[in-house]
Amino acid sequence: MAALLAANNVEAFYGPTRVLKGISFEVAEGGITTILGANGAGKTSTLRAISGLVRTRGEIRFAGHRIDGLATEKIAALGIAHVPDGRGTLVNMSVEENLRVGAYLRRSKAEVEASMERMFGYFPRLRERRQQQAGTLSGGEQQMLAISRALMQRPKLLLLDEPSFGLAPLIIREIFDIMRVINQQEGVSILLVEQNVARALDLADHAWLLETGSTVMSGTAQALRDDEQIRRSYLGF
Amino acid sequence: MYNLLQQIASGIAMGGIYACLGLALVMIYQSTHHINFAQGEMAMFSTFVAFLLLQWGLPYWAAALATLAFGFVAGFLIERLVLRPLGDVPELSVIVVFIGLFIGINSLAGWVFGHQLQPFPSPFPSKLFGTTLVSGHEMGTIAVVLVVVTTLYGFLRFTKVGLAMRASAENPVSSRLAGIPVSLMLSLGWGLSALIGAIGGLMVAPVVFLEPNMMGGVLIYAFAAALLGGIDNPWGAVAGGLIVGVVENLAGTYVVGTELKLTLALVLIVGVLLIRPSGIFGRKLVARV
Repeated sequence: MAALLAANNVEAFYGPTRVLKGISFEVAEGGITTILGANGAGKTSTLRAISGLVRTRGEIRFAGHRIDGLATEKIAALGIAHVPDGRGTLVNMSVEENLRVGAYLRRSKAEVEASMERMFGYFPRLRERRQQQAGTLSGGEQQMLAISRALMQRPKLLLLDEPSFGLAPLIIREIFDIMRVINQQEGVSILLVEQNVARALDLADHAWLLETGSTVMSGTAQALRDDEQIRRSYLGF
Repeated sequence: MYNLLQQIASGIAMGGIYACLGLALVMIYQSTHHINFAQGEMAMFSTFVAFLLLQWGLPYWAAALATLAFGFVAGFLIERLVLRPLGDVPELSVIVVFIGLFIGINSLAGWVFGHQLQPFPSPFPSKLFGTTLVSGHEMGTIAVVLVVVTTLYGFLRFTKVGLAMRASAENPVSSRLAGIPVSLMLSLGWGLSALIGAIGGLMVAPVVFLEPNMMGGVLIYAFAAALLGGIDNPWGAVAGGLIVGVVENLAGTYVVGTELKLTLALVLIVGVLLIRPSGIFGRKLVARV
């Protein structure tokens, strides 16, 4: 499969501090790719580098465009949606308004309505809470809303930052199950960043392992699951 | 009795002007979460521009339209050229810049247009519907404010740009990730706010005479209005404006006298902040994490 996104020797900086030390990875078109790593390995920074939320050096290519150095809103317009860590809910707006914000780049009203219906199909609880203030939703519901808001952009690539964070196991399962459906039905490629390594490897086809700002290993999810060292360090058995 | 009614009526009209400035404050607050202390001075300067255009012989409505356009562009540029270069700085620095703008615009107006009181015309006939209870200008002011608030509310609530502006204020990162040009939205918010302020200026100048300090008192009342109604709610600003206008007028006439009227506004501001910081109509913010 062709690479939809390719990062080549990418560094990222918070002020003078270099948090990514030249990482390279690819995201295949149509698939689910995951970036694994411990706390502080640079997972969130990697996604922020793709979206142009941090200062970077190195080359990032997306669907034939060079996107490093572009403004965040331009990158979004090229077809990358980003569910940020902490979910980025617009807490004072209603659920429906949150979805409409996600649809900002879309032109056709009818298509936006259709997309919204599809989101309510994936996450029926959002339909029930359509007019409710988004800040009053539970953590799981806010995560569903964040994913839906991102999908309203109708992106080619969906960046997901720790969707399992702070959620109950049952909700995590629900969300991960639906991610697979979304990957197929919406035709969207997914780049997932996760601390929950077991879950991530179950969902993904391909994985990259990040350690203190560098990519140290990559392979199919199956290969990483079977790797002795990964099993011991990240899966714990 | 007639006198009382008249005081209430002119309180409502004055309240409409406070509401207009209050709306301008709400507008900037909606798009940036800042409270612009220079709002009154920007409105005053725009009104001087209208005055100049009228002196050049433009008909009133043409001059008014040109003034609103001037206000919009000026507000837009102030955001771009003065606030934008600041970047992400603490709240206190922004306040200092607002105070600087206040003094700067005030002095500039004095230097360019002079300090003598200028009479400023009202676009409305002196008597409407044959009543002496409310002057034509007062009635016109109230109508103008109602049109402004309805338009503003509809714009923020029902249009895509309005939604994008509110989103930008609330969560700039999420908004940019959704493809919203947040920096443009901020400039737009400033432009619109200055435009609404200019409308307030055009309405107040016939009542208080035009001069560089004409907005000093008005802005304090507008703060009280916006806070009382809820700084994030356009209807709240209007209701707050009308309440402040009537209370001010009645208290000034019957209770504390004209000297202490302004104190009343300050008492209102402190009172609201103590008792109900979100204002009468403001949404209490609820967030679950």
